[in-house]
Amino acid sequence: MNCAVCIAQVTNPETPAAAFSIDLKARRAIPAKDRPLVINDYDQVAVEAALKIKEAKGGKVTIFSLGAPSVTVAIKHCLSMGADEGILLSDERFQAEDRALVAYALAMAIRKAGNVDLILCGRQEGDWDAGQVGLGIAEILNIPSVNPVRKIEVDDGRLVVERIVDDGYELITLPLPALIGVSNEIGPARYPTMKGIMTAARKSVDVWTADDIGIAPSRLDPSSAKVNMLDLFIPMRERVCEFIEGETPEEAGANLRLRLRKEKIV
Amino acid sequence: MRDDGGVLICGEHSEGKLASVTRELIAVGRRLADALDQELSAVLLGSQVDAQLARESIYSGADTVYVIDDPLLSEYLPDACVAALERLVRDTKPDIVLFAQTSMGRDAAPRLAYRLDTGVTLDCVELAIDPETRLMRQTKPVYGGNAHAIYVCRSKPQMASVRPKTTTALERDEARTGAIIQFGGAICTAEIRTKLIRRVKEEMAGVKLEDADVVVCGGRGIGGPEGFARLEELARLLKGAVGATRPPCEIGWVPAHCQIGLTGRIVSPTLYVGVALSGSSQHLAGMSGSKHIVAINKDPDANIFSLAHFGVVGDYQKVLPAFFQKCKEDP
Repeated sequence: MNCAVCIAQVTNPETPAAAFSIDLKARRAIPAKDRPLVINDYDQVAVEAALKIKEAKGGKVTIFSLGAPSVTVAIKHCLSMGADEGILLSDERFQAEDRALVAYALAMAIRKAGNVDLILCGRQEGDWDAGQVGLGIAEILNIPSVNPVRKIEVDDGRLVVERIVDDGYELITLPLPALIGVSNEIGPARYPTMKGIMTAARKSVDVWTADDIGIAPSRLDPSSAKVNMLDLFIPMRERVCEFIEGETPEEAGANLRLRLRKEKIV
Repeated sequence: MRDDGGVLICGEHSEGKLASVTRELIAVGRRLADALDQELSAVLLGSQVDAQLARESIYSGADTVYVIDDPLLSEYLPDACVAALERLVRDTKPDIVLFAQTSMGRDAAPRLAYRLDTGVTLDCVELAIDPETRLMRQTKPVYGGNAHAIYVCRSKPQMASVRPKTTTALERDEARTGAIIQFGGAICTAEIRTKLIRRVKEEMAGVKLEDADVVVCGGRGIGGPEGFARLEELARLLKGAVGATRPPCEIGWVPAHCQIGLTGRIVSPTLYVGVALSGSSQHLAGMSGSKHIVAINKDPDANIFSLAHFGVVGDYQKVLPAFFQKCKEDP
């Protein structure tokens, strides 16, 4: 049972709004000084899910990511958690905001690597996405997908998964190969062990360019993107909070009640 | 029907009722269709779809309703749904196809877009027609809501999903008329790879979060399940429901389905009370549409105060009981 896991390096989602800024010209966020880029939360959970499957069913776990050479650090982290191999798609011609190109490149890389039974990714990514890359990969590779999933079981060559829906969950079965978008309910990602870190240190991360995975130069031309970003801006918040005071917190609590009553809110 | 594209929205319904997100989506589609001077269609998928649902879609603002009725569409199965929609879109060639950002929309929209070889923007909060290019400008929050991006799709159909509760539905008008067209889905069983074994409801007792007029929401600072029991008391008193940010759900103080935020539920109550939560952008995305926002937090710099109308800086364990007592004394 071989798993491929797609991960992305993103701006730290805990960055407070006050420390958040954007590069208007490049149309992307400037990472705050004390908040280095991190692996997308859900993607770490997807790695965890893959490692659990490997422990139960054997096989190997390969990490795929598209990004700058610095993403190697993120892939190495996954290797130190226990993943077997890492492949970085890095090429100056990749435009990360063209989500369809990202999905296409990852799909082509997974196809090239071959011998993958299950593709896992996070249910969504914190920067640009709302979950289209994973489903896009499934569509390009013409395999079934389920997203977002909170439990995965492998049973006799099929998957049985729990898909989260608005008022509960759906128990779904599907054949392999397949793609699953993993949600955090599956359980927290493990921390690397010292042994894991040392093993990962000896491994190298393969770097593949667009040419290596057979993407035509025409598809890399920005004009071939179907969706273009016209603008990126920080929305204005003009609201001023009215702070309710009191000699003690108790008094402030009582005053809050009086104030809300005066406004006829409660 | 006019031969120029048109706008198509993908409707949802359950238990014989049109979903409220679908009425909102019809309102969004109506505005776009009017701006383009085109027709607005809605599609309803299901098995033995009640004719009243189609009429309701027209009363809500649609000009034409396509009903795709097939036993394989009785539950949401992505392969069946996407195959049926693909046929409809290829046949009717709309300029714009819209979904709500729901369990179904967030799953079906990307697959349909890739199958049709077009672009899609998910989780939009605003859609508008550019008067010059006549293309749809799609605004969506990025970087967890810290920034907004505006996109335009250069291929047809232009596709987007719309975040629930970003628009108000149109006034229901029974005088509106329109065409109801049965469209053959022609779905074959072989196309369906994912199979539903069963659907399990996990609703909390009491008022449903999305429908609640008052939402009391707790964060990591609540400290444990005992603290949430006190929020429950307050919610009962205010006839509201209890929600949480992501950490209490992850730690297990409250069930996961209480989560309000980008990856949880989207609420827009009359009164939202945020207790001991910082106000991460991921959470704000799920509640910023609330009418009156009250925040209680020890930290005066907590981000939630940037969105709150009323705030109290202090330990909630001291503030809330006094607030609660005052409510009881003076209902």
